[in-house]
Amino acid sequence: MERGGEVRSYVLGAIGVALLAWGSWWGLFRAPRESFMGDVQRIMYVHVPTAWNAMLALTFAFACALASLLRGGWKWDSRLEAAMEVGVALAVLLCIQGSIWAKPTWGVWWDWDPRLTTTAVMVFAFAGILALRRFVDDPVKRAVWSAVAAIVAFVDVPIVYFSVKWWNSLHQMQSSPETVSSAFHWPLRINAFGILFLMSGMIGLRARLAALRLQGELAPPLPGAGPGGRR
Amino acid sequence: MQLRAALHKDLLLQWRGRSQAIAIFVFGATSLLLFSFAIGPNAEALRQHAAGFIWLALLLSSTLTLAESFQGEMEEHALEGLLLLPADARALYYGKALANWAQLTLLGVALVPLMVVLYDAPLPRAGGLLGIILLGAAGLSAPGTLYAAMTAQTRARQTLLPLLLFPLVVPVLLASVKATSLLLTGDPMGQLYAWTALLACFDAIHWSLCGLLFERVVED
Amino acid sequence: MGVPRGSVLMVTGRNGSGKSTLLRILATAIRSDHGTARVEGFDVRRSVQEVRRRVAFLSHHLYLYDSLSALENLRVAARFLGRDASRPALLPLLAEVGLADRADDATLTFSAGMRKRLALARVLLQPASVVLLDEPYGQLDPPGFRLVDGLLRRLRERGATVLMATHLLERGGDLCDRGIVLEEGRLAWEGPARELAARSGLDAPALVEGGA
Repeated sequence: MERGGEVRSYVLGAIGVALLAWGSWWGLFRAPRESFMGDVQRIMYVHVPTAWNAMLALTFAFACALASLLRGGWKWDSRLEAAMEVGVALAVLLCIQGSIWAKPTWGVWWDWDPRLTTTAVMVFAFAGILALRRFVDDPVKRAVWSAVAAIVAFVDVPIVYFSVKWWNSLHQMQSSPETVSSAFHWPLRINAFGILFLMSGMIGLRARLAALRLQGELAPPLPGAGPGGRR
Repeated sequence: MQLRAALHKDLLLQWRGRSQAIAIFVFGATSLLLFSFAIGPNAEALRQHAAGFIWLALLLSSTLTLAESFQGEMEEHALEGLLLLPADARALYYGKALANWAQLTLLGVALVPLMVVLYDAPLPRAGGLLGIILLGAAGLSAPGTLYAAMTAQTRARQTLLPLLLFPLVVPVLLASVKATSLLLTGDPMGQLYAWTALLACFDAIHWSLCGLLFERVVED
Repeated sequence: MGVPRGSVLMVTGRNGSGKSTLLRILATAIRSDHGTARVEGFDVRRSVQEVRRRVAFLSHHLYLYDSLSALENLRVAARFLGRDASRPALLPLLAEVGLADRADDATLTFSAGMRKRLALARVLLQPASVVLLDEPYGQLDPPGFRLVDGLLRRLRERGATVLMATHLLERGGDLCDRGIVLEEGRLAWEGPARELAARSGLDAPALVEGGA
């Protein structure tokens, strides 16, 4: 990823921040108050876009994993690392947002909502893969293993979701904030794009960082290298 | 046939390592005991949670079983030696996964009497319970064997295996616990079938997927 | 470079010069970063299974199961090879490497030399036309050396192509046809094996020192 690509990431990020600021301001201050749940429901303006984008990031990670295994090439591995990190970060945010919403609404920090619980499981699954990457020194193995693990983890997601849903259905609690009427859609969409751009920018930059690190790992040792070299 | 060769090898290795297997059983049994301390001597509460605890004990013990199943393969790189014979990687995977399945099932079955005693759990449908143990153990064994193969080649193998495996087998845990609980205390709404189907589905998906991916994990 | 079929090649060089790596690439145990290699016409990257069917590899990883007995180790390999894995079929093989009386003892209890012998037996089990030996003389005693010498002669008679990585240049003279010297992963010298044993020029004394 050349200089141009880096600039593009920064631009995307800036646009993202701007959109996010606009959408959030609208949602927080201009959108009408929701009749049933009150101001707490405003978190939905960030929560729903975060959810979409977290899922998008992890789906992108799955695609990168497939590409990495089937076509090979280091850039897919770098993108995989970046997508997983950003996806995990967004998923963690999602859980935090869910807790912020749950406490005033239900009086508990966590209510085992199927979607949120699945998100939590995904956080652990993908964080585990990121941990795996740290403990594997061989770049080739690292790429193959994280791709394999990412594929298995992603395939598992729907199964986790259904199992938690059934498991929770006996203790019925209407859970996550819902989108209500169309008047509320605009801030939602703006924020969704805001996070999307921000996320794309971050994935781009993070992938570049991963690629540069990889280059350092794969580079042949310099002739006559000192103690740091591989002689 | 290669699968038979692999199965023979893995069962033989397990038989040779049976003292380890007994130690793992003791670990599982100890866990069951400790869990009961967490609840306290309330008989009703213990009975309610029996299903959950036996599966937790089995899950924790499975990390030991799975990790140990690749111990012998890594010491003198025997797995590599087999691959170079050449041996089919998929046969190697299924041999190992089946052997692990057998060991985990045995472990589960061995823990049941303990559960009955410590938690005063009723046992009306032993056959059904065996079925759930078989399905649940299969769900642990398939991804577990894949990840054990990976982590056995890394540095922090003891922490990485549970870290990778546990989030993945959440459905197995949920379904097995639910199904076991229904078998122990009754199933008024006929939900047992749904949970069993979920387990079977999980098993089918993972036994095929992990078998496909194993080759990439062990080849250089 | 090429190795003629049926010949025995000695591969030597300092520690870390790439002898093991070369053999491992040819055995398809690892992949090279650059370049191509062919074994009996099959590319080591593209036709991995074909290459493996034709190659038997004695690695410095001995490929043994410590918890199994000597006989059982051979049994496992024989089963995967689709060969007769019965006791009467495998016992003679163990006898050849001098382990007949320890056939049922766990490999864990073996000395380094005995483990090497077992690994050699495992190699003999494979019907390979190309045999790669990584330091076959390592850990062995003088009777062990003679065992390997006999093995090399037998392989030659069989018409197998042998590549042997070793530091023991003295033994190479009459047993090997040609020799190569590796230095930092590159071919530094190639010529008749006899010459390699006697050569004073290209670091040969230094090589012997480094290996001893």
